[in-house]
Amino acid sequence: MKITLGTVTHPGGSRVNKTGSWRTAGKPHFLHQRCIACDLCALSCPEGCIFGTGQKTYYANEDYCKGCGICANVCPVEDIEMVSEEDEHG
Amino acid sequence: MLEVEEQDKFGDHLFASGHTACPGCGQSLAARLVLRAAGRNVIVVNSTGCLEVFSSKYPESAWEVPWLHSLFENTAAVAAGIEAALKINGQLDKVRVIAQGGDGSTADIGLGAISGMFERGHDVLYICYDNEAYMNTGIQRSGLTPYYARTTTSPPGRVSMGNWRPKKDVPQIAVAHEIPYVATASVGYHLDLDRKIRRALSIRGPKYMQIHVPCPLGWGSDPAHTIDIARLAVNTGLYPLYEVEEGETKVQKIPRKVPVEEYLKLQTRFRHLFGKNGGKKELEEIQRIADRNIEKYGLIGK
Ligand SMILES: Cc1ncc(C[n+]2csc(CCOP(=O)(O)OP(=O)(O)O)c2C)c(N)n1
Ligand SMILES: [Mg+2]
Repeated sequence: MKITLGTVTHPGGSRVNKTGSWRTAGKPHFLHQRCIACDLCALSCPEGCIFGTGQKTYYANEDYCKGCGICANVCPVEDIEMVSEEDEHG
Repeated sequence: MLEVEEQDKFGDHLFASGHTACPGCGQSLAARLVLRAAGRNVIVVNSTGCLEVFSSKYPESAWEVPWLHSLFENTAAVAAGIEAALKINGQLDKVRVIAQGGDGSTADIGLGAISGMFERGHDVLYICYDNEAYMNTGIQRSGLTPYYARTTTSPPGRVSMGNWRPKKDVPQIAVAHEIPYVATASVGYHLDLDRKIRRALSIRGPKYMQIHVPCPLGWGSDPAHTIDIARLAVNTGLYPLYEVEEGETKVQKIPRKVPVEEYLKLQTRFRHLFGKNGGKKELEEIQRIADRNIEKYGLIGK
């Protein structure tokens, strides 16, 4: 790669970093029972890796989720729980 | 699981995943919410600090908009230059200029450049992400570090109870420049934050916004509690949310006064205030700061 003065890079090129490998303390499991599609989990995710289009459709892209647990904490209907990495249902 | 391209259909990710901020970082969330409100037609100038570093690990970028890294001290000056160039080319109606940096960059080393930008009347929105210390270099005290916080340069011990100087009131310094819009916001209140960014960008001339962003690493807080802690700062009265437009102040009320201990005890940077060697006097002093804010801004009541 040629290095010039200053650097111009591809927009959103950070997506090559699969920061999901950072998780040490579990990941969110979306129960899809009481979800009211308030979008608060997606809006509160520092990774921007939670998506959903309506009630009970939300999920986290585990390629990027760092397992911070904010989503489970802000969910007003307790429909997200943090589970251990080994949990197959997670 | 959807592919990355498909995820983009959901729209608002102008600040991409794969950035390298710590888990639970308030600043990374705030940056994404800011861009979500601002939209694509912006040019962003970013000072040196955590946000710049974790969004631009060489050779990548988390930004989906034109973004420039200036120096630690000159963000406002670089943004002012971009604004002047857009103006002379007749393009200022097509794109908005945002300058952003941390609290160290804003309140300390960059303050002169910001003052100059305000004074010359550039059409730029300056955003300070206030995590209350120089986090990127290892949690040194800044002008926005609150009273009695532990940082690596204000360590509590036998002769000190932590940071011994008040938090500099930069929003009011901005107000004193008589610029058209000044606001404080919190990453804990995303609707309020969203509205203020949109409002700011609809106004011509210099604007200042300061967003409170908890830092789990620097504050010694649980990453899962970033939003709760941000809200507690507001609801104790320690971080009043208000906006000043054309000299008139509007505040976001708090439902009831929460004692400052509720906020402080969730962060190890204040742990020494709860030890057996005292901290009572300091806690009372912090409570007085909150009470003064509640009084001054009329945070409680209708
Ligand atoms: C002139 C200059 N002095 C010192 C530094 C080293 N430095 C880089 S980032 C930083 C602290 C940034 O603190 P802040 O602005 O609060 O942003 P944060 O990392 O906390 O988000 C310092 C001191 C520098 N890059 N340039
Ligand atoms: Mg800082």
